Amino acid sequence: MLKDITLGQYFPGNSVIHRLDPRTKLLLVVVYIVALFTAKWFVSYALVLLCLIVIIGISGVKPRTILKSLKPLLFIILFTGILNLFYTEGKTLVSFWISTITYEGLTRAFFMILRISLLVTGTFMLTYTTSPVSLTDGMESLLRPLRHLHIPVHELSMMMCIALRFIPTLTQETDKIISAQKARGADFESGNLVARAKALVPILVPLFISSFRRADELATAMECRCYHGGEGRTKLKQLQYRARDAVAFFLGAIVLASVILLRIFGL
Amino acid sequence: MTPILQVVDLCHTYGEGTPFCHDALQNISFSIEEGEFVGIIGHTGSGKSTLIQHLNCLAKPSSGQILFRGEDVWKDKAFTRDVRFRVGLVFQYPEYQLFEETVYDDIAFGPKNMGLSKEEIDRRVRRAAGFVGIPEENLQKSPFDLSGGQKRRAAIAGVIAMEPQVLILDEPTAGLDPAGGEKILQNIRAYQKALNATVIMVSHSMEEVAACADRLIVLNEGAVAMMGTPHEVFSHAQELEKIGLDVPQVTRVFLRLRQLGMDVDPAVYNIKDAVSALMKYRGVNADA
Ligand SMILES: Nc1ncnc2c1ncn2[C@@H]1O[C@H](COP(=O)(O)OP(=O)(O)OP(=O)(O)O)[C@@H](O)[C@H]1O
Ligand SMILES: [Mg+2]
Repeated sequence: MLKDITLGQYFPGNSVIHRLDPRTKLLLVVVYIVALFTAKWFVSYALVLLCLIVIIGISGVKPRTILKSLKPLLFIILFTGILNLFYTEGKTLVSFWISTITYEGLTRAFFMILRISLLVTGTFMLTYTTSPVSLTDGMESLLRPLRHLHIPVHELSMMMCIALRFIPTLTQETDKIISAQKARGADFESGNLVARAKALVPILVPLFISSFRRADELATAMECRCYHGGEGRTKLKQLQYRARDAVAFFLGAIVLASVILLRIFGL
Repeated sequence: MTPILQVVDLCHTYGEGTPFCHDALQNISFSIEEGEFVGIIGHTGSGKSTLIQHLNCLAKPSSGQILFRGEDVWKDKAFTRDVRFRVGLVFQYPEYQLFEETVYDDIAFGPKNMGLSKEEIDRRVRRAAGFVGIPEENLQKSPFDLSGGQKRRAAIAGVIAMEPQVLILDEPTAGLDPAGGEKILQNIRAYQKALNATVIMVSHSMEEVAACADRLIVLNEGAVAMMGTPHEVFSHAQELEKIGLDVPQVTRVFLRLRQLGMDVDPAVYNIKDAVSALMKYRGVNADA
């Protein structure tokens, strides 16, 4: 059941998208999100959607994987859609009993669903095509100026890197513990809310204990390799912008500019 | 009589429909009789853990069936839950599943889930603790204050306390010292004798399965490579080697003796048989 969570997972590959500098990808995701929230009407949404489809196509990530990653969010997406559908005022389209669906509600619900799905899928594409290590490298390098404000940029990015790295490990571990407790007859599916919350104790306790153990072991292992913070630390792989990054920035700028233009014309 | 467990044409695929999809088990069939001690051996990643998780309904077959006393374990929800109590599974490194405040409560978790009375739970916890050799004074300790080996015992007791008719153990001695491992094996055999239970044990040690098992199932890359008594299986030393396994050390000694021209059984797999084989050889020589 936890296997469906692909959040933060990395699918190794060798496409152009995979090879882009992580900083480029991070910045382009920001551009993408800005474009998405600037989009107003069918034409601009279509443009953003087209971009996403092209990116997915080039990256070689299977469409099925993407649909699966949206599955856990299905409820939120539908819920937002339905709220917008019924609670937007405007020209009545159909009305029955106490609820009315307006023309505005219908379009707004449609755009809301589209916007959330595009947002989630777009940001997932970042983690699908970028390994956690290069992602944090990129993040650290982009945030470096913040050091002057006494923000521990390196430490923060190291924490993020470790967190990303351990998501799959922890889901696997949770699956294992759930199985082990099920083998002892634990029942997670029946009973009222209190009983169900109580049923989580046999999972959470071992999970916390093993997480602390892991954290402890990892800290020791890092110290054994002489890690002591970012001060004076050099990198084996230096990040470097290449021609393809320039092309990517150029294309990103064109898309953003077109979406802004389309918005001005109300499309 | 119907076998207690039957595996019919079992296949299991991990991550179906993802880029990481992987056939862990392919067309596995065998049956296990009441009271048997079966050893499952195989190279790392050959699917042993996956297989045994099917036997007590923790994993659902991609295709094929598991029958408990002739009935499909996935027949209905109540039966599936019932089978989980009758087929006890001790996971690989079970000490990581301990969670209660005291060892006593942790062992009692399974029986409690079965809905037994307080007295019955108490009886079972003490009996299980006795089987695995946990002294009375340790029962009120926190499980996290025990040593690794003691934790392992507590976790095994947690499954034994449900008094399953089939006890499955996934590498119960991995990571323990030889004496501690041997002790746990004795505990398991004591349990088997006392309740006339069926035991299935996954192991990486040929010596261990040779000493305990009535029958061996050899897995290789998700399929059954060999099946039979230890004597039958260990007489195929070459094939075992090809799939990354080994034969017990005594067997290797006898293989070598045979190569040196002595007329001894090359599939001797424990010390007792080795002694009698050597005696017989001497006897034969004396006659001549
Ligand atoms: N949760 C999972 N998701 C995907 N693949 C898995 C999962 N669990 C196991 N596998 C794969 O299935 C195969 C069989 O694994 P299994 O754990 O059954 O091996 P094993 O024989 O128990 O090995 P070991 O002796 O190391 O315990 C392996 O190739 C493994 O990579
Ligand atoms: Mg295993």
